[in-house]
Amino acid sequence: MMRRRAWLQAAGALACSGLWDGARAQAAGEDGVVVGRFGSQPAPQQVRRVFAAGPPAAVLVAALAPEKLLGWPWPLSDAARAWLGEPLRSLPHTGRLAGRGSTVPLESLLQWQPDLIVDAGTADASYLSTMRRTSEQTGLPTLLIQGRIAEHGAQLRAVGRLLGVAERGAALAAQADAAVALAEAVRASVPLARRPRVYYGRGSDGLETGLAGAINLELLEFCAGRNVAAQAGSGSLTRVSLEQVLAWDPEVIVTQDAAFARRALADPLWRSISAVRQRRVHCAPVLPFGWLDGPPGVNRLLGLRWLLQRLHPGHPALAALPPWPQALAQFYRSFYRLEQPPAPWPSLLAED
Amino acid sequence: MIVGGGRWLLALGALALVLLWAFGAGKFQVAPPELLRALAVRLWGAELDVSPAVQTVLWQIRLPRVLAGLLVGAALAAAGAAYQGMFRNPLVSPDILGVSAGAGLGAVLGIYLGQPMAVVQALAFGGGLLAVAAVLGIAALVRRHDPVLVLVLSGVAVGALLGAGISLLKILADPNTQLPSITFWLLGGLSAVTAADLAATAPALLAGLVPLALLRWRINLLGLPDDEAQALGVRVARLRLVLVLAATLATAAAVSLTGIIGWVGLVVPHVARLWVGPQFGRLLPAALLLGGGFLVAADTLARTVAPIELPLGLVTALVGAPFFLWVLARPGHE
Repeated sequence: MMRRRAWLQAAGALACSGLWDGARAQAAGEDGVVVGRFGSQPAPQQVRRVFAAGPPAAVLVAALAPEKLLGWPWPLSDAARAWLGEPLRSLPHTGRLAGRGSTVPLESLLQWQPDLIVDAGTADASYLSTMRRTSEQTGLPTLLIQGRIAEHGAQLRAVGRLLGVAERGAALAAQADAAVALAEAVRASVPLARRPRVYYGRGSDGLETGLAGAINLELLEFCAGRNVAAQAGSGSLTRVSLEQVLAWDPEVIVTQDAAFARRALADPLWRSISAVRQRRVHCAPVLPFGWLDGPPGVNRLLGLRWLLQRLHPGHPALAALPPWPQALAQFYRSFYRLEQPPAPWPSLLAED
Repeated sequence: MIVGGGRWLLALGALALVLLWAFGAGKFQVAPPELLRALAVRLWGAELDVSPAVQTVLWQIRLPRVLAGLLVGAALAAAGAAYQGMFRNPLVSPDILGVSAGAGLGAVLGIYLGQPMAVVQALAFGGGLLAVAAVLGIAALVRRHDPVLVLVLSGVAVGALLGAGISLLKILADPNTQLPSITFWLLGGLSAVTAADLAATAPALLAGLVPLALLRWRINLLGLPDDEAQALGVRVARLRLVLVLAATLATAAAVSLTGIIGWVGLVVPHVARLWVGPQFGRLLPAALLLGGGFLVAADTLARTVAPIELPLGLVTALVGAPFFLWVLARPGHE
């Protein structure tokens, strides 16, 4: 597997540079998604309090073991909290742990004494060394998980095992695998040339987007779409001009920003774009977490089905899916512990 | 320094070329014949076949953007020239009194609160004005020191305070959605400018530039020590206040439209001074011309040299800073 090889190379480089000394880390265990474990790791049944270092990790832990999550690394809005069940809804804002960008005081972290610190994200060398240093400085064990959308199933299984909730992890992973398999089935049946050209607009003016390889736009290619901005190179988020979007002339526009979706449909400047003329401008729900990105975590599993339906309406693989309210009730119950939605299910999809 | 009419004509010609280049270049390929046809349709109502997409690109996207670049560049350069003359210091730029920091905080607050773009711009404009009002208020309370010094120092302090506010909001913002928007806004750029934005901002820009133009011969006198200027019959404090307000209005309007774009207000007045000398009566039109031309050129580079849109502030800094160092190191330059 390409990613594992890249990871092993990075680990090798670290070992050669001497940075690796002293760190009790084990490389690429647990399905390849566990990329770093530092400090003395607790036995799974002893993990009672978990600190999530960043948003993707928080959503992961919230789904697996809500009663063990200490809090949210970023401030959740009241609207987002309303779409979470207890105890997730009333968890405090703890701050995030990200090296110099941290907002959680290390001393508070020591006061809470979590049994494990979990972070999930792109595992590059600076990320790894941050987690290692945190562990050395505080004496707290840390666990670093990597994972793009295809690995959410493996993530749920591996972290479920490590948090002592293996059964629950397996059940959630089955849902993740089903969503991923659906996307893979569609991808296998639609050749590259027939995939719709999609523009993903971020920000309230919709002129932020992501280049090829941006984790924020991972879903586009995964759901058999073609990111028009990939022509401009690879990298992460960037700003473009409307002129550029007109030149790309995407067939579908997706966004998570309702203000932008309304503007794209109403503003005469956007009118000559194919997607606008065909009314194929779609706004994904964002409660409690974004369906397409923000954060790039297991919250995106619902976005898979949503995006597949928008990009490939009428595809036979999508015919047998349960109706939306049923799917939503099931997902929100199992991932967010929400039993009673604060508003009827269709209202979630109202901006689309 | 000899300033013949020929040099002005040359400069205007160069500006016209820059504008033409800016109008013709872009990501949306418009072949020269189609460009000419589109011009003919628009200007003389000729009945020629031009695709609607090309019309939209040229008149609704590129033209507002080029005009905005022209106006913003001219305003920043003129405000910079006025401030440099007023503070008798060649190192000040239009944001010395905190207008950029105030506008930045206003805009960042708007993005943090999830407001639409128009509100973000209005908050930026208001924030810039409020910041300078605060600086003027503080300077009016402190009477023991040289008024110019007090003004500059309180500008630095208020700017730092507002910068801290920006940092605080960045820490609190949603790292996945709001933080990129905030970063992009603070980097500055013309990519989102529409004709409506331009129409909303142009009055404030012009309201700032007109007093500068009308008072351009008096600004020279502020270069003298205050008592000498007073002896010549200039009401120094009042003149300074009017100029600060005018330059602030123009800068705040510019920044609210484009975000923070550095170096134009600092470097362009220097180039203008090399060209026409320090007399403000000639310096101001030179700064307007050069500033407008420079920003339009920088923006055209920003949107054409790379496959993605480069932040305009980055281009102006890349061009402006080395040039500034060159001016500084030039032998024989005072």
